[in-house]
Amino acid sequence: MDFFIGHYNYWIVIFLMMVGLYTVISRGNLIKKIIGLNIFQVSVFFLYISLGTVEGGAAPIIAEGVEVYSNPLPHVLILTAIVVGVATTALALALVVRIKESYGTIEEDEIHNLDHSL
Amino acid sequence: MIDIVINVTLLAFLAITAVATLHLTNLFAIVMLFGIFSLLSAGLFVVMDAPDVAFTEAAVGAGISTVLMLATLALVKRPQKPYYAEAPRAHRPWLPLVVVVITGSALVYGTWDIPGFGAPEAPAQTHVARYYIDNALQETGVPNIVTAVLASYRGFDTLGEVVVVYTAGVAVLLLIVGGAQKRRPGPGMRGDQMRPNLILHVIAKFVIPLIILFALYVQFHGDFGPGGGFQAGVIFSAALILYALVFGLDVAEKIIPSRWLHKLAALGVVIYAGVGVVPLLLGGNYLDYTLLGSNQVAGQHLGILLVELGVGITVASVMLILFFAFAGRARK
Amino acid sequence: MIIDILSWICLLAGGALGIVGGIGIHRFPDFYSRLHAAGITDTLCAMLILLGLGLQAGWSLAAFKLALIFMFLFFTSPTASHALANAAQHSGLQPRLDSDEPEVGS
Repeated sequence: MDFFIGHYNYWIVIFLMMVGLYTVISRGNLIKKIIGLNIFQVSVFFLYISLGTVEGGAAPIIAEGVEVYSNPLPHVLILTAIVVGVATTALALALVVRIKESYGTIEEDEIHNLDHSL
Repeated sequence: MIDIVINVTLLAFLAITAVATLHLTNLFAIVMLFGIFSLLSAGLFVVMDAPDVAFTEAAVGAGISTVLMLATLALVKRPQKPYYAEAPRAHRPWLPLVVVVITGSALVYGTWDIPGFGAPEAPAQTHVARYYIDNALQETGVPNIVTAVLASYRGFDTLGEVVVVYTAGVAVLLLIVGGAQKRRPGPGMRGDQMRPNLILHVIAKFVIPLIILFALYVQFHGDFGPGGGFQAGVIFSAALILYALVFGLDVAEKIIPSRWLHKLAALGVVIYAGVGVVPLLLGGNYLDYTLLGSNQVAGQHLGILLVELGVGITVASVMLILFFAFAGRARK
Repeated sequence: MIIDILSWICLLAGGALGIVGGIGIHRFPDFYSRLHAAGITDTLCAMLILLGLGLQAGWSLAAFKLALIFMFLFFTSPTASHALANAAQHSGLQPRLDSDEPEVGS
């Protein structure tokens, strides 16, 4: 029981990761793939932050009367990761806009057929 | 006990939102669900004692990402009804399902040996984090340990991150802006502006200065509370995006011309790298803030301030560049 | 003690209103009525929860920040509902009126 309470967090996060991964692999619409990738990214952030929490700890800002702090290092890494994630999402969306203008569609199957029929 | 209930409820909502995103076929609804997902995850980050991360996720995920996706949807929608539908998938999803199940089981097997959630003796808490928590305030004079680690102890990584944001802005400029001539709306036409709406105009004029003030507060208070350059840059750009949405893209581009934005984005990166070069000229290491002031704490404090300023300037300009690029493309 | 009870009442009432708003969004048949239900969640639910938290905080910096959040929400939530309704009206979505329903029963 203790094991379950200590670990269910990770398992739900892994479920979210797999939902995101499945959206990227199995759906054909490019925008849906990008959103699936973002869901995958956010659940990876959860995994890191969950690894860094300390029971009974406070936010890592030095304040009066607080003895136990949460681990600040995952917070720093994830802050960087979030901003890099939005940069790559913006670039992916710009590519989708250009693909739509060149091929006329954003469905993966139709783009594949158009590419191979030329 | 109540901690566990809150955690489980929020995670369950997240899982339901993710599965709904998988199943729906209306792209507009999916983008809105993504905004909800981001906001819920920001709430969950606060529950897990990470206010800085929650701040950034709410501003960036539920703010800028959703706005950019909506702008993309406006550009790639189908020419006839239904505008935002996704085409039905032709293949059976057996192979993706197998791949996902195998990967998921491998990951769950990996978590078997991880110490429980919140255990104080986990390997993640014992190594260098102990040093940061004990010494960050004495060595840098900044109470927010996350800002101290981000800007000073791991300053080189943050320099790389600012350059990544700048590169994304440049790449989007190359992809989307430029090329065909922009069609100028004739006299009497409003172009792509909204119909003048009195309530929105008045409230926007009231709220935009407050948002900019809040962005400045977050920027300079990031040393003492949650905040810092990234969040401040995103909030500042959100104020100007609100202006562009309510009053029209042409008016907004007159206030902040694109040439200035391009130069400001580069200026932020130059400030950051420049603050690193000054200690080199004074005889120390790159990005060694100790040499910038009379003693170590003063130098570190000054260095962190300048570096966060550079980050804020670059992030604000790049977010505005992205928005103007996507919104300007819709004008053609 | 009194402060505790008052803040409990405010928080529970705010939470209940949130649930009512959520059920309303799900069950109402038309966009404009759903918008009305969402407006309840935005305004009264948020205000009651903020009031309950403010009572818990006492006279401190946190209470001042909560008051600022309250002012901000007070001005922007109704504007958001107005913007939504305006956009729907502009796209041609008409509200579903009683006269459209076929008569059921007597």
